[in-house]
Amino acid sequence: MRIRVGHLYPDYLNIYADRGNIAVLARRATLRGHELDVAAVSVGDALVPGKHDLLYVGGGQDREQALIAPDLAVKSDAVKQAVADGAALLAVCGGYQLLGRGYRDRGGVEMAGVGLFPHETVAGEQRMIGDVLLECELEPDELHAIAGFENHAGRTTLDEGAIPLGRVVAGFGNDGKSGYEGCRVGRALGTYLHGPLLPRNPWLADWLLSQALAHAIGSAPEPLAPLDDELELAAHDVAAQRARDRGGRY
Amino acid sequence: MGLRLAAEIAAARAVGRLSRLAGKGGGTTLPGKLLWKLDPAALERLAARLPQGTALVSATNGKTTTSAMVARILAGRTRLAWNSSGANLISGVTSTLLDANDAELGLLEVDEAALPEVVRRVHPRAVLLGNLFRDQLDRYGELELVAARWRDAIAGLDPTSTLVVNGDDPQLGELARGRPGSVVYGLDDPRQALPALQHAADSKYCFACGHPYDYAAAYVGHLGDYRCPACGQARPPLDVRATDVELEKLESASFRLVAPQGSVRVKLPLPGLYNVYNALGAASLALTLGASLGQVKDGLESFSAAFGRFERIECGGKTILVLLIKNPAGANEAVRTLAHGGQTKVLLIALNDAIADGKDVSWIWDVDLEPLLATAERVVASGARAAELAVRCVYGGLPREALEVEPDLGRALDRALELTSAGGELVILPTYTAMLALRAIFVERGLVRPYWEREA
Repeated sequence: MRIRVGHLYPDYLNIYADRGNIAVLARRATLRGHELDVAAVSVGDALVPGKHDLLYVGGGQDREQALIAPDLAVKSDAVKQAVADGAALLAVCGGYQLLGRGYRDRGGVEMAGVGLFPHETVAGEQRMIGDVLLECELEPDELHAIAGFENHAGRTTLDEGAIPLGRVVAGFGNDGKSGYEGCRVGRALGTYLHGPLLPRNPWLADWLLSQALAHAIGSAPEPLAPLDDELELAAHDVAAQRARDRGGRY
Repeated sequence: MGLRLAAEIAAARAVGRLSRLAGKGGGTTLPGKLLWKLDPAALERLAARLPQGTALVSATNGKTTTSAMVARILAGRTRLAWNSSGANLISGVTSTLLDANDAELGLLEVDEAALPEVVRRVHPRAVLLGNLFRDQLDRYGELELVAARWRDAIAGLDPTSTLVVNGDDPQLGELARGRPGSVVYGLDDPRQALPALQHAADSKYCFACGHPYDYAAAYVGHLGDYRCPACGQARPPLDVRATDVELEKLESASFRLVAPQGSVRVKLPLPGLYNVYNALGAASLALTLGASLGQVKDGLESFSAAFGRFERIECGGKTILVLLIKNPAGANEAVRTLAHGGQTKVLLIALNDAIADGKDVSWIWDVDLEPLLATAERVVASGARAAELAVRCVYGGLPREALEVEPDLGRALDRALELTSAGGELVILPTYTAMLALRAIFVERGLVRPYWEREA
């Protein structure tokens, strides 16, 4: 099966090794006999809902994020439509912020976001930097750990009733105090965790792939055939231990 | 020298000797740390003792090599206070000036983040800025934050001091534009250009208007001959240039050095285009400090690698080649140079995640390791984050059976040497603290001398 990925602004938003996430999705798709077809959707390119099974938005520095913000505003409705129609989405760090309702920088200037995720972000004084460990339950009674690294000045506050990606075991998370990290809307996930995220959390890569496949086929998500993840799990364990030992806290 | 400074110097030096006696390495930063804590203004007074003033060198990549090249060029004629061990934070800089009794000129490589403070304290006579790449974002924050600090530092520079910049870096070209009399250097040989901008290129968008630059030639990362097609902002004119560059595999790089003083062919005994940049920066700074073109040529041609920077070590009939890697731009150049030099058969990569390495190891996914992985017969992944590195290698196309994972550096070295054939070469790519650990192992085995005993 061909899994069509729309990678938003890969030339601008790529600061924390976002291509590592794409490489993991591609390899894990190939090993199951699928093909990941990644297309860049950048400034000036049309985003057509239904054309992609998975959308990816990475993180950028403030300058790059400001450069693409006007273009992303034009694509807002298409992003929301795609997710409403069952496309999977992963947004990391800056991409996660941009897909919320809005961002207020330290000068008090407001920047409107896409409005996919029900959250708002306000820039803080101190950056929240360090290893992170989350506990999360994307499917009922399937508890998983996510290990990553965070580096953000923004404090993200979820709306009442919004679904976080996970609960913070170690690290700061969305705002350093709520105990939540990330956000989920349908098959769309947003998170501050890079590292990159997927190489050391292979189950999450597979979850996204199965959601994207479900969109491609038009069926309910099916679990994927297991792979030998010895190296990935070893990397996960080291990163998780780092978070327990030295994850950020106030 | 005031009485107070004299007393402080004596006390701080005693601490350095104690540190060495206690086996805590070179004792290169402790005395300075102590003095800095006691009396921050001491750094100003220490710098003021130097009759020829101080020159600073900063960059994301190449500051140690570039400073060592300048030292080599000036060696024998000028007594230097030089932080050759690479201790480049305030404490290391202070220690270096403490130790330099009869020095005439300060030559200091300075950490990017420490530059504003050092500029304010030592009133340098010249500042060389080599490049600015994404590096240790967990420590420095975003690249733009470092750039903003540099802009502040340069704005506070004495009017009489000279700014020397790599004009091929758009951020730095911008600094020179704002300061007439700056010395701008760069590469001028489109034959050496990359086919496309690398993934990890950073400053790709016009500083004036935000439009992507057009590159007539991109040489290393975002360094090159750029121009904004929208507003016309372009690389500033070059005062010092390298033309007719010839790269000789892993052996050397030669180029024509063209400066206002004339031009001369230089054969650098180091490989790689990034070393041509280092040499150009060193030449520009040395010329600014009054060296002649002939002295520049002699110095560069007799240069030997700074430790861990393309350093060759003999070991039981085999050669170990060590190339420090610390960020995508630098690691990409290491890979490119190795690939140009032929096939690397056995490779040891060591990834640590201490503060000095960057606690965030995501950068290894931004390095184009693939050319090495495609031809390596065996890769040993080591260091505290060996497992992460192993995943990176496998997802980069390395067959699982060609990979060995050994977090312990000593055992990884033994294993990699065992895999290296007699007369063959083992290539080691360590991050910063892995390189220091490796160094300690080499010293222990009598393969090299401790770094604090090395001369220019």
